[in-house]
Amino acid sequence: MEAHIVSNAVVGVLLVGLAALVVGVRRSRLWSDAFREIWVRRRGAICVIALYLTVALLDSIAWVGGMADGKDAVARHQAQSLIDRLFVDSQERSYSAPLAAHEFYGGAPLERPGSHLLGTDLIGRDVFYLSLKGARVALLIGGLTSLLAIPLALLFGVPAGYFGGRLDDVVFFVMSTLASMPGLLLLIALIMVLGKSTLAICFALAVTGWVGFCRVARGETLKLRELEYVSAARALGVSESRILLRHILPNLMHLVIITFVLMFSGLVLSEAILSWLGIGVDGSWGQMIDQARNELSRDPVVWWNVAAAGAALFGLILSVNFVGDALRDTLDPRTIREAE
Amino acid sequence: MLAYLVRRLTYGVGVVFGVLLFLFVLFFTVTSPDDVARKALGERVPPAVIEQWKANHGYDQPLFPGPGAWTENMLFEHYRRMLTFDFGRSDADDTPIAQRIRSGMMPSLTLTLPLFGLSLLTAIPLALLVAFFRETYIDRLGVVISVLAMSVSILLYIIGAQYVVGRLLHWFPISGFDSDPQLIVRFLALPLLVGVLAGIGGDVRFYRTVFLEESNTDYVRTARAKGCGEGRIMARHVFRNSLIPLLTRIILAIPFLFMGSLLLESFFGIPGLGAITVDAIQGNDFSVLRTMVYIGSLLFVFGQIVTDLSYGLVDPRVRLE
Repeated sequence: MEAHIVSNAVVGVLLVGLAALVVGVRRSRLWSDAFREIWVRRRGAICVIALYLTVALLDSIAWVGGMADGKDAVARHQAQSLIDRLFVDSQERSYSAPLAAHEFYGGAPLERPGSHLLGTDLIGRDVFYLSLKGARVALLIGGLTSLLAIPLALLFGVPAGYFGGRLDDVVFFVMSTLASMPGLLLLIALIMVLGKSTLAICFALAVTGWVGFCRVARGETLKLRELEYVSAARALGVSESRILLRHILPNLMHLVIITFVLMFSGLVLSEAILSWLGIGVDGSWGQMIDQARNELSRDPVVWWNVAAAGAALFGLILSVNFVGDALRDTLDPRTIREAE
Repeated sequence: MLAYLVRRLTYGVGVVFGVLLFLFVLFFTVTSPDDVARKALGERVPPAVIEQWKANHGYDQPLFPGPGAWTENMLFEHYRRMLTFDFGRSDADDTPIAQRIRSGMMPSLTLTLPLFGLSLLTAIPLALLVAFFRETYIDRLGVVISVLAMSVSILLYIIGAQYVVGRLLHWFPISGFDSDPQLIVRFLALPLLVGVLAGIGGDVRFYRTVFLEESNTDYVRTARAKGCGEGRIMARHVFRNSLIPLLTRIILAIPFLFMGSLLLESFFGIPGLGAITVDAIQGNDFSVLRTMVYIGSLLFVFGQIVTDLSYGLVDPRVRLE
């Protein structure tokens, strides 16, 4: 199957999941109160995140054809997202400053003078367009990695904490082993061995990232296991798997949400570092910043590429961090801090 | 105490063995020695040359133990080499790895030790200050600035500092290193500045929560009730009792000082272990990378044992059993 169809399907599934989540939250008094409080405290940051999400979404829905006859004959036969379609034929030949009419070095006239809000890069691509496309990459890295790491952590952490004994020893040993390797080095080693595809990078990030949450989940399960309602359920003859699913797991959900948000910003920042080392995801803001190595030593300096990518990265991380803080304060002031 | 130490050490050795197994799986089975040879020599080399290269680098034995080869296999060799610190030669350029690590340790420490000290000396007083003014605008401002500082990628700090301080103001050289103690200060100024800036947001926030948690305890209220000044409470009661979480974070960081800083070193041209690692990444040098991961985890396990033991020293209530 073609890549864009798979990607569209994944986006559809995610949207359905999101809708189900929203319905679930609205039904529960506890959760809707918590989210109302966060909305009141962090309205601005949530709106910024929603903006990034929208851009990423617009860039994720792609289809072939339906393009006006432009100069870009190749693009007409490839899957193009909505964002791609907005910037079709925006390619110039080389650097140009924001809203300039001429190329930055040499001064040849541009094909579309004054149309490049944030200028163009080395091979003439519109920087505004690239910055918008970076949103999808960043959310993909953060989202996909969390979708891999959090279930993994729950799968190992919860039974380890609940059943204890041999199982706990084994899980704890695996966690200590993974945690004892320096995070960034382990990440690099995994990527070099597994390859540099987006999926491999997300997998590597998940392998290095799940341990922290696994420890939290195990610790919290250890506490929950001793509570009266769990003992009561056991005394009433409820099966172990049902206790895990009905009485333990729902009480870990606030931790899942906090971890997801706090992990997210760390993951996107890690990807930037990986890009810097030459093993990042294609099209990320990190790669755009990476190019600044050469651009800032030119004369006169090309500053708009790194400025745009840096600002886009900063905006996302900042708003996620602000929301993460509010979430932590509202949902759980203690547990997560202990795990840091 | 002794029994605890023995048990703790045994577990540490177990973890190191686990790490070695993980590294073996990653670097010998997921990528076979043939892949490594092809990466070093190029895709289109005759099999004989690959065999020769494998023999030269000690990769020419079967991977797993089997009949007649209980000790002559890569798994055994891998453990033997790593545990005896016989790291062999680099896959990429044939230099002895142990020698490279020895030569990289000092430059790394000249960067990381002052960086570590400076970070502590700025972050802890700042956090105490912010915690002292808790629930005022100073506290809120401090938290917002911390989150702002945390949200900037370290890459932007590096690029910004190199550009503004190095290129526009010409205060310090952009990159480089020298063993002459008078010159080294000029070379280290910029990486130190960047390192402190990049870490300070997260540090201040962490220490602040630790201090705040401690100032909500009963004995702090008692101290206040009997008329202790706020400054005295912060210094004598809150700070001293916060030492346990602080120590966990601080002692655990010490072993990693040897590893250097990947980004700062490669950026500012400091020939430390971090820069060696970055070279290994760019040169597909698996042997160096795997050695660095191993050394890192050795240091971590060691640091963790020291941390656990230090609890007993700081807090007499903790019994090590």
